[in-house]
Formats: sequence, structure tokens, C-alpha cells
Amino acid sequence: MIEFSLNGEMLEALPDETIIQVAKRTGTEIPHLCYTEGLRADGNCRACVVEVEGERVLAPSCCRTPTPGMVVNSNSDRALKSQKMVVELLLSDIPKTSYKLDNELTQWADKLGVGAPRFGARPQPVADLSHPAIAVRLDACIQCSRCLRACRETQVNDVIGLTGRGAHTAIAFDINDPMGDSSCVACGECVAACPTGALSNASGAHLLEADRVVDSVCPYCGVGCLISYHVKDDKIIRVEGRDGPANFNRLCVKGRYGFDYLNHPQRLLKPLIRRAGIPKGMNEYFDPENPLKMFREASWEEAMSLAVDGLKSIKAELGGDALAGLGSAKGSNEEAYLFQKLVRAGFGTNNVDHCTRLCHASSVAALLESIGSGAVSNQVEDVKHAEVFIVIGSNTTSNHPVAATFMKNAIKQGKKLIVLDPRRTDICRHATHFLQFNASTDVALLNSILHVVIEEGLTDKKFIAERTTGFDAIKANVSEYAPEKMAAITGIAADKVREVARLYASSKASMIFWGMGVSQHIHGTDNARCLIALSMITGQIGRPGTGLHPLRGQNNVQGASDAGLIPMMLPDYKRVDNAEMVEKFSTYWSSKLDDRVGLTVVEIMHAILAGKVLGMYIMGENPAMSDPNLNHARAALAALDHLVVQDMFLTETAAFADVVLPASGWAEKDGSVSNTDRRVQLGKAAVPLPGEARQDLWII
Amino acid sequence: MPIAENNPQVADKRGKRGRGKVKGRVVDLNALLEVQSLLGDSSRGRDLLIEHLHKIQDRFGYLSAEHLVALASEMKLAVVEVYEVASFYHHFDIVKQGQTPPPALTVRVCESLSCEMSGAHELVYALESSLGDGVRVQRVPCVGRCDRAPVAVVGQNSVDNATAGLVQSAVDAGHTTQALPTDSIDYKTYQAAGGYRLYEKLIAGETSADAIIAALEGTALRGLGGAGFPVGRKWRILRESPAPRMMAVNIDEGEPGTFKDRFYMLSDPHRFLEGMLIAAQVTGIDQCYIYVRDEYPSVRENLLRAIAELTYELPAIEVRRGAGAYICGEESAMIESIEGKRGMPRLRPPYVAQVGLFGRPTLEQNCESLFWIRDVIERGSAWFDSQGRNGRKGLRSFSVSGRVKNPGVHLAPAGITIRELIDEYCGGMSDGHAFYGYFPGGASGGILPARLDDIPLDFDTLQEYGCFIGSAAVIVLSTQDSARKAALNAMKFFAHESCGQCTPCRVGTEKAVTIMESNEWDVDQLMDLSEVMIDASICGLGQAAPNPMLSVIRYFPQELGLEESQP
Repeated sequence: MIEFSLNGEMLEALPDETIIQVAKRTGTEIPHLCYTEGLRADGNCRACVVEVEGERVLAPSCCRTPTPGMVVNSNSDRALKSQKMVVELLLSDIPKTSYKLDNELTQWADKLGVGAPRFGARPQPVADLSHPAIAVRLDACIQCSRCLRACRETQVNDVIGLTGRGAHTAIAFDINDPMGDSSCVACGECVAACPTGALSNASGAHLLEADRVVDSVCPYCGVGCLISYHVKDDKIIRVEGRDGPANFNRLCVKGRYGFDYLNHPQRLLKPLIRRAGIPKGMNEYFDPENPLKMFREASWEEAMSLAVDGLKSIKAELGGDALAGLGSAKGSNEEAYLFQKLVRAGFGTNNVDHCTRLCHASSVAALLESIGSGAVSNQVEDVKHAEVFIVIGSNTTSNHPVAATFMKNAIKQGKKLIVLDPRRTDICRHATHFLQFNASTDVALLNSILHVVIEEGLTDKKFIAERTTGFDAIKANVSEYAPEKMAAITGIAADKVREVARLYASSKASMIFWGMGVSQHIHGTDNARCLIALSMITGQIGRPGTGLHPLRGQNNVQGASDAGLIPMMLPDYKRVDNAEMVEKFSTYWSSKLDDRVGLTVVEIMHAILAGKVLGMYIMGENPAMSDPNLNHARAALAALDHLVVQDMFLTETAAFADVVLPASGWAEKDGSVSNTDRRVQLGKAAVPLPGEARQDLWII
Repeated sequence: MPIAENNPQVADKRGKRGRGKVKGRVVDLNALLEVQSLLGDSSRGRDLLIEHLHKIQDRFGYLSAEHLVALASEMKLAVVEVYEVASFYHHFDIVKQGQTPPPALTVRVCESLSCEMSGAHELVYALESSLGDGVRVQRVPCVGRCDRAPVAVVGQNSVDNATAGLVQSAVDAGHTTQALPTDSIDYKTYQAAGGYRLYEKLIAGETSADAIIAALEGTALRGLGGAGFPVGRKWRILRESPAPRMMAVNIDEGEPGTFKDRFYMLSDPHRFLEGMLIAAQVTGIDQCYIYVRDEYPSVRENLLRAIAELTYELPAIEVRRGAGAYICGEESAMIESIEGKRGMPRLRPPYVAQVGLFGRPTLEQNCESLFWIRDVIERGSAWFDSQGRNGRKGLRSFSVSGRVKNPGVHLAPAGITIRELIDEYCGGMSDGHAFYGYFPGGASGGILPARLDDIPLDFDTLQEYGCFIGSAAVIVLSTQDSARKAALNAMKFFAHESCGQCTPCRVGTEKAVTIMESNEWDVDQLMDLSEVMIDASICGLGQAAPNPMLSVIRYFPQELGLEESQP
């Protein structure tokens, strides 16, 4: 603890605590603009200057740490004079009408009693409204660089910079391009950081006061950012990031700006029943703008009984195996659990699956087989403890933007990134090594890395002996995969492979991240096995900054799998052919469960065309758009006797439905989801359901 | 490195990648090839960004958007990181699509104090009408030839005591480069006269580093860039700092009125180099960066020539080129610039001696401070200290310009008064001019009236008068000049050269210019402004910018129509 005096009072500062932080902690307000929690202090605005006894000039309290015995005054005449003058100078240059409700500059002006500025205004730039989500009005800019630091240091998107100098210093995007034409990815971190509204939401929502603020989780990807919905008149007006364990207030474009779908005009508001005689399929009757061409509106009672009767009669006639269900990775854990329970206990079949099949099922299979746990070993943020990390088959900056920010932060701290990818993704700019190998030669490349590790004695022998089995089999398997031999296949020079192998194996802590580029292959499971083997033989797992992290796609693909929304597993990955477990769940659910492994997404489509599956219930999935062979999938869906689709919109899959049930959006319901780190996080309903749409949980 | 290494940022025929349209600008393949060929096999390290920008500017006459994007790709930088640096420096011309590139030839006319007093504005007007569209006429701040005002620079060729006719002849004759001086003392001559003996003795162990530091600590030799930090003490601090340590030599004298560094670097570069090598040896530094302002191409050439003559086992020496930014003469801004960034001063603490170039402890010295090392050590501190006058110690190189008969660099005793300097060294006032006042230390050092003609000119002696000596750039005003006009010129200069980082300087200088341009100065507002600028600016530029303005209020109130108030 460092003892110093502030405004005559003796205070204690923690090591590295700045004067302004101590002041805030102990209840003294010091004006500040360019300083804000969560961003590196820059000390440029000079609104927080204080008088330090014995120093010639004033010191910025945001950048200065006290020294023992330091005598500091933040409210002396001299300090106040500069603080006020800084605010007055800045105030003279911004428009009188604020672009922000809580404009920090005008707030400080009020607090400090700074009246109308005496100085004339600068010539003002015109507004840049080229971006659909963000309005740029630099007439309100005070050059504090908070947006720059948010863009460059927090998100590491490197779009915002300073142009010119002196009074011409201004915020610029790329080569001073209009924001809408720039490389801006619209994460909105700059808007969140801006103290004056010079950067604001283009919708104008920043000027609206919310009626309520509801805490939730972002409904998009698996990163699992915590958010708050700001609601006015039962409509979401904006989303802000919360200090969640996976996002630390950060968000990306989807989470911050992608909430208007709830109020989309094509939203389904009433249950629909297919009109008699209208053929199934994406034909001339299919029109999301006008569902009534293909369907007629119905009451919930009618729709539900039609939906249920159709399924019941197929079950009665042909048994449960003639039915199948596809649940959703975008629903809650509770919905996933209930959905698979309905199919297993109600339909009487294990024919239940969801999009994980097309996603990380291969990774999960390899992980379960190799380490017994179908999830990541370390959370994304752990990358800060790594020395080296590999990103393979993942376009992280696009698909997991907020996760990518932590990777880029780590790189800025000097960690080394190895990118293995046939495609040069954006994160490659930050990579120390980039191996652009030939598509589909993952196994050859990874085996050659394994080969080098073993051949050059870079293995962790203790770890192998104590924690693994089957090392000799791997050793024998990769013995023929010398990188010199593989170069012709992978297109990567052997010395590069060796360098990467050495770097990964010999660092204090190495971590591996992978995405769909690894898993979406006919050899996806093998790819994941190689990565797992690599971490095991080098002992790069089980410690901070090490481990394996398949970046999960949807917001709840982890949770849906955990809840048993897959054909071979009951909840908690208990196999359906495990008699003990079948018995347990049969008792628990009071229904005799099938003990045969059910059909997967792809197999269900085959089974339909083979005439084995006649009825389906699809919730929140769109196989007519997302399956690998669309013609095949659509032909299958058209061949069903009975299809019930539950969704927010008239999807392509709904074009094949007999009954369509209008469902709820994430912000309309309570529920939990499990992110890629396997953290279970809670979302609360922020807005009411529209029309006659109902809660998914209720429908199931 | 292969051409584009399958870089999707390189535009293909459709100008697209992946499914959607590319976000932001794509790399133009031709521009990339041009940039790659210009850069050759030189390092793509970030610190060379400004050097690489120069290569493009020199070759094409401007920086096109395509080249900036290509350079970013080549250096693995974000486009904005390249752009923001390019846009900071006045010597880079950024030309975006649809904009007209500047004419092939630029004539830069200095409009700082001495040149303005000698008719720079009239020269600009004349040139603008006479040179035509094929030549760009730019008003620029001090180019460091104030003793030959007014000065116009045709390409890189300085035309002294310029007239429209002289400039026109240079343009017509295609004289656009500066010839190297023929009388610069070369290695042989310098060595024959005893040069490098001290350095050799130091390397051979015949003289110890301790002895040199002790000797320097015993003299009045202080940093001659203007801050005046004792040289010996600085070396000791550095020597005791953790290795690796860096040296950064400042030859970025941009303070209007200052031209002493140019003088010494053109006439006797080895004396400086020996000082630098001694400093490196004594403080245990093996990497030296010499930062030369871009207005001094001949200084740079002369230095490179001198370095090439050396046959010793040298520390790594890199000569870096500025790009037109006064602020880069500020020590931490210069470090940022050497690192390839915008020249924005750093907050201190930490001081550059602790955390400087590339985050390492750094010995930063003005070149003249190093220039005197050999003489101070060889001739002894007693010799150096005895050179002073009026109770002061040592020598100062005064850059004198303005209304005197013999302007130029005058090596004179520290502590000399302005009267003595004018009379003994400058041949008196110019004919027809009566002494009215003077800037004792360039544009930032304030203005003193003729009646205060007996103050010893040295560090520490001018504070009580609201002035400082800085780099000893003395600009003499006559009764035909206006202190008010000179102060406005200085404030405009500071506004132009402010890095724009902190509010008091960025906004303060601009607002001050506006007030000072009005018929009646609002003295209360100016006093308020100056207080925040002095107290709360990050660096010396903002802190010193109000000095000339305050001097006018204090010493020349009659020019403002105010009552005379004695100090």
C-alpha cells in the first residue's frame, strides 16, 4: 500500500492503482473524458489533471500512480481552472444538441459549473451516415480516442485511427473512407465507448430512454456473450454488452445490432394448416411474405390436434421408429431436454437429433472417445495464459468474433499464433506462422506434426506415461508421415512443419482451437483425433493456457448435446444402448425407452426416402436449407406423410409442413444456454410474444 | 516472399472474395508489385513504415490509396495504421481515387518568423502567379536557413535570399537537389587533426568510461537541444540502466530560428560522430538511431558519407528520415517517429531514459551536445567552463537571424547579452533598423523588449522574464517589425505543428490564433487559455506555445492599444 494525500486526506493506494482510481474508490470525483474503465488510460483529454506538490505542471490523474508521501490536489484553484478550461474548450467545439442522452462532456460541464463556452466553434465536418448501423457525427467528436482504443486494443479490428494533426486531428476509418465503405465489422465497441455520441446507433435509439433493462445472453454464436436488452414500449431498442465471463462487456455486430428480427413483418403470428390440395415444397404457393397462399390460419386447438393426431396415427400404425424429431441448437437447455424426452418417451424412438450432426458431432465423438468428455478443456479466455496457440479450420474473426478478440489481445501481448488453414482468413494477419495446406489434407499435415514431435523427442514422456494409453500405436501410425514425405500432399515445406511442431510442443503452454474446417469432413473425427493426440503426447493439456477448444457454432449446441438431443445419447452422454441407463430413464420418465441407437439427421432423410420414417416434428431447424444435399433433403421432406414445423418464420422446411406452429424468439423467453466454454448462462424474457405465438417450451 | 501468397485481400477479377463483397479496400496487384519492388529485401518491420512511405513518395511523387493499401498488406499492418502515419507528416501527399496528384515539382516557401519578416508572404504571392500550374507552391514552417531569409526550397534545393526571379531560374534550370558541401571536413582531415584519438583511447582502455562521465559531470555541458539536462548525469543514468540500451540522436531542429545543427553537421560531421561513438561506448549502447529532419537532405547525405568513411567496429547505426513534423523534435515524439508511428509525445513518467525507444532505456541527445564531447574532454572542463561571460559558464552556438548585419551561427560565451551578441558577433543591426526586441530562444522562447538588453543569455537566466533560451535561436526584431505580428506567426506555427493529442494544445493553439487575429485581443481569455496550456499540455510544445503571446501582453502592450505595464 502506498500512502499519499489527496485534497488533504491521507489515502492508501494499491500497487499500480492510479490517482483517479483511488479517488473514485474513496469517493472523490475527478472529471475525466478520455479515461474510462476497461480501456487503457491514455491521458490525452487533460480533464482529470491534478496538482502534485513539487511538480512544475499538472499531472493527468488517470495515468499517474501515487508515490509514497505524494501530495495531490484535485480541487485546488489551479487544478480546477485547468479542468474547467479543458471542458470549456471541448464544449465550444461540439453542437448544442446532444447526440447522446448521457453525454459525458455536458455532464461534466454541468458538474463543474462551466457555462456557455466563450470561444468560437471550429468549422464542423458533415455527418457520415454511410453505415447502416452506426452514425458518425464528428462535429461532436472530442478526439479522446476511446473509440480508437476500443477498436484497436479491445476488439483488435484495427479500423479506426487518427488522421491529420493539430486542430485537424480526426477519427478516420481505413484511408479516411466513409464508415460504410470501410473494413468496419460493426461490432459497435466504438459506439459503446464514445462519450459524446459522435459515434451512435444509426437507428437513433441512443436518444431513447428505456422502460426496462433485461439481462440475457446473446442468441447467436457459441461464445455466449452476456447482454442486456433495453426495452421501450415492449420493443427492444438497443442491446448492450454485460461483463460476462466470456465477453467482458464486448459484443459483435450480431449481438449488438441483430435484434430487429423479432419484429420482422414475416414473423408467424398464428398457427397454420396446409390448404387442402396444395402440394408440398418450395413451389409457387410458398411465400414467406404471404403464408396464406399455402396455408390457412387455424386456432391453437385445431393446429395442435392436427399436429398430434398425425404423429399419433403413424405411431399407432407403424410404431415409434416411423417418427423422428429434429430439435434446435438455438433453443434453451430446457427445451432441448424436453424435446428429446418427448421423442424418446412420447414417440418411443431415439430418432432425435439436431444440427450438431453437421457441426461438431465429429469433434464430440473424438473427444468422448479420447478424453471422455465431449466439450472443451479450457475456456477461450484462457488463451491469455498460453504462449503459443493453434487455430485450425476456424475463421474465428467472422464466426466467433468476440472469442477472436481475446486471441488478438493475446497476440498483442506477444503470444504466438499458428494458423493452419487452406484458406487465408483475416486472423492470419496476426499469425506468426501460417501453413496454408491443401484442402482435405488435414490428417497428413497433423500426422506429420505428430511425427516430428515424436521423432525429435519433443513428447512429454511423464505425461504420456502417467495419463495416456496407446502411445505406441500412435507412434507406429505416424512413423510413415515424415513431413518431407507429406510435403507433396499437403503442399507445406517440411521445415515449416518442423518449426511449427517444435514451437507448439516446446512452449510452456500451447492451446488448440478448431472450427468447422476440422469437423465438417468425412474424416472430421480423424482430424479431431489428431489434434487431441497432439495435445496429449506433448502434455499440452490440463494446465492453464493449454488444452483443446472446438469452437462451438450455435449459442446452445453444447447444451443441446449435453441434454441428449442426439440419437445415441441420453442426457449427460449416457448411451441409449446402456441397459442400466435405459432402465433408469425409463423409470424416471415413466415410459419404456428404446435401447437402440436412433437415426442421425442425415440418416433420417435416407430413412424417409426408404419409406421407414413417415412423420416428423422439426423445431427451430431448417434442414431444407442446411442439409448437405438439399435436393435429397427436400425430396425426403416432401415424402413425409406428416410434418410438424415449429418456428418463428415460414422457413424453407415449413414449405413441406402440414402444420406450422408459431414459436418464440430468444428475447421472448426464459431459459438457460451452454456456451462453447460449457458455461450455463441464463436468459430472461425481455419482450412479450407477438400475436398468438407461444413459448416453445409450452408447445413441446 | 512470393508475390501475393494466395492473399484473398488481393482483388481478383471480380473484386470480390468469398460470398459477399470484401469489407474495406482490396489490394491492387500492380500496386503491390510496385511496393514490393521498391522495398526490395529491406525489413518489413513496423519501425520502417516512414522510411517505406518515403520510398513511395519519392518514386511516385505522392502516396496513392492503392500504394498505401499494398504497403499495409506487405508490412502486415492494418490499412489505417499506415494511413494515420502517412496523414500525420506534412511531407507525404495522400492522393485517393478521383483526387488530382500534386504537380511533379513543389516549391516550399518558409513562412516562419525570420522569413516572414523578410517578405515570405510577398514571395509566395509572386510565385503563385508566376510559376503556373506545373509547380506547387507550399507555405511551410521553418526550414532552418533563417540567416538567409527569405528561403524557398525548389524540390530539395534551397534558394537562399530568395526572389521570384531566383526561384524561377532554379525551376527553369531543373535545379531541384541540394549539392553536398565541398568544405565538409572528411575523415582523413578530421583524424589528421587529432580526431578519433579520444575514441580510440577509450576503446583501447587507455581512458575509462568512468573518467569520461566524471569529467562531463564536472562541466557546464548541458543538452543543447533546448532542455538543458546535464549531459554527464544523463550518461550516468543510462549506464546504470538495464541493457539493452538505445541511443537516439536528435537532428530534427525545427524550432523557428534554429539552424546550428545543420551548420555543424554540414561542416564537421565527424566531430559529432566521435561524440556519439564515445557516448555509445561509455554507456554501453550498441544501437544508435540518428533522426534527421526531412528538410535537411544534405545533412543526411553528409552524415551517411561520413559514417561510410569509418572503419571501426561500430555499433549499429541507423539514420532515419523525418517527414515534416516540428513535434518530432520533442524527444518522446521522435522516439515514436523512429518506431514508425505518428509523432505524438508520450506521457512522462516513465522518462525516455527508463522506457524509450522500443521500450528500452534510451540516451537521447541533441547532436550538438555530442558534437562538443571531444573538445570538452580533450581540452578539459576548466577550458569549457571558462568560456562563459556575465557569471555564466561554457559556450553556446547562437543561431542569429532577423535584423542584424551578419546573421548566422555564432559560437559565443554562454551568458552573453543580446547587445554584446549583436555588436560583437553580428556586426550590429542591419542598416536602417533600430533594435526593438528579440526572441532569445526561437518561437517558443518568448519575446523580450529592447530595454531588457542586458540579461545574460543562458539556461535558467530568462525564466523570471517569462522566456527561455532553448536552442539559442535568437531572432532580432527592429522597430519596423511588430511583436504582435511575430507572436501571431509563432502561434500559427504551433497550431500548425501541434500533434493534436491533448486538448489544451490542440484546441488552445487554434482558439488563441483566432483571438490573436481579431483586431482587439481579449486579454483575459488569452490569459485563461495560456494557463491551461502551460499547466495541462502533455509536452513542451503546448506548454511553451503561449510564451510569445504573453510576452506581447507583458512587454509590448502599446501594440495592443493597452497601457504600458512595467514587469
